[in-house]
Amino acid sequence: MTATAVSSENYLTTPEAAASGVTIEIGDVPVRLESDNDDFRRMMEERYSGFVNSGSPPAYRFRVSIESPSEPSDDDARVWKQGRTWIFERGDFRAEWNAACRRGSIRQSLNPYSADTVLRIVHSLVLAEQGGFLLHAASAVRNGRAFLFTGISGAGKTTISRLAPPDAPVLTDEISYVRPAASGYHAYGTPFAGELARVGANLSAPVAALYFLEKGPTNCFEPIEKIAAARSLLRNILFFAHDEELVKRVFDAALGFVSRVPVTRLVFTPDERVWNLIA
Amino acid sequence: MSDKYIARSTQVASRKLGDEMVIMSAVDSTLFSLSEVATLIWQAADGKTPLSEIARRVSTEFEVAPDAAYRDAESFVDELASHGILRVSDQPILPSARGAWEAA
Repeated sequence: MTATAVSSENYLTTPEAAASGVTIEIGDVPVRLESDNDDFRRMMEERYSGFVNSGSPPAYRFRVSIESPSEPSDDDARVWKQGRTWIFERGDFRAEWNAACRRGSIRQSLNPYSADTVLRIVHSLVLAEQGGFLLHAASAVRNGRAFLFTGISGAGKTTISRLAPPDAPVLTDEISYVRPAASGYHAYGTPFAGELARVGANLSAPVAALYFLEKGPTNCFEPIEKIAAARSLLRNILFFAHDEELVKRVFDAALGFVSRVPVTRLVFTPDERVWNLIA
Repeated sequence: MSDKYIARSTQVASRKLGDEMVIMSAVDSTLFSLSEVATLIWQAADGKTPLSEIARRVSTEFEVAPDAAYRDAESFVDELASHGILRVSDQPILPSARGAWEAA
């Protein structure tokens, strides 16, 4: 399959099980990665364990072509739109995605990182259309409500996740998935792992609060101005495409979020007592 | 005194947050927050209302001396113009000439 794979198939009548693949469902959005390569499918099933849902009709399908090996790239992915098709590109992969046709293609080597980046980009674009976002934040559920913990690198996202008590399943220690709901917002678990290298719990819950983490000598909340919160939130939203319409959507999503959700600074000392404040 | 006319760029997103207007440039993602006075000026930047008239509204609404209101408004619009999110002209900015500048 070539790079122009988003082409002539009849998207409405293609049989569901036309190709072997793995359906990865994050945030109630099933994305199917189709490939003839057994090793790739096995790699995806292992990496996204807990989020594989082969029974879900896919919202989007990607045909994955495995090509000659290349090293994973540390460069940022470039994302742009050509007509109705999104192009995602980095040293280790190139993907095309027509969201309207719900189809795309990925050319990559046999590695777990390329498809992972494609999934992050796809979900960030899908969420932007819905007023949601992917956020550099840990999140956990307690008493049926989700708490988000964001901050700069080193602020304590991994630490707060590691300290989470057994009654607070961690949705992610790295990338939180946030979408508006009928009332407020919902956070969903993601398999996008950070330093803990642990896939999040596949749960969702209404968002109770967003905390900006800061390490300090004690555990306490400090107020934060809404404008400052919006600024910090925008800095931590995953955003791949420099597309004017998308920038506006993400801006609206961030300001809508800080308008509706309690946002505060959480100064904490890295031991489990911090969780006494979170309930 | 020659008057000025101002028009908002369409390449921005803006939203009220509490009493303040927050604006983000869609070109470079720079974020601005405007005070109540600045918000009034921003909302009046339709390309056809003279800056003197906008300053007069500021003077009346916020009980500021007319000269000071005009000077402050001029300084404010020059600053936003330098960031490319507001266009300033010595003539009305007609919709046909606005391009990326918002119509009234």
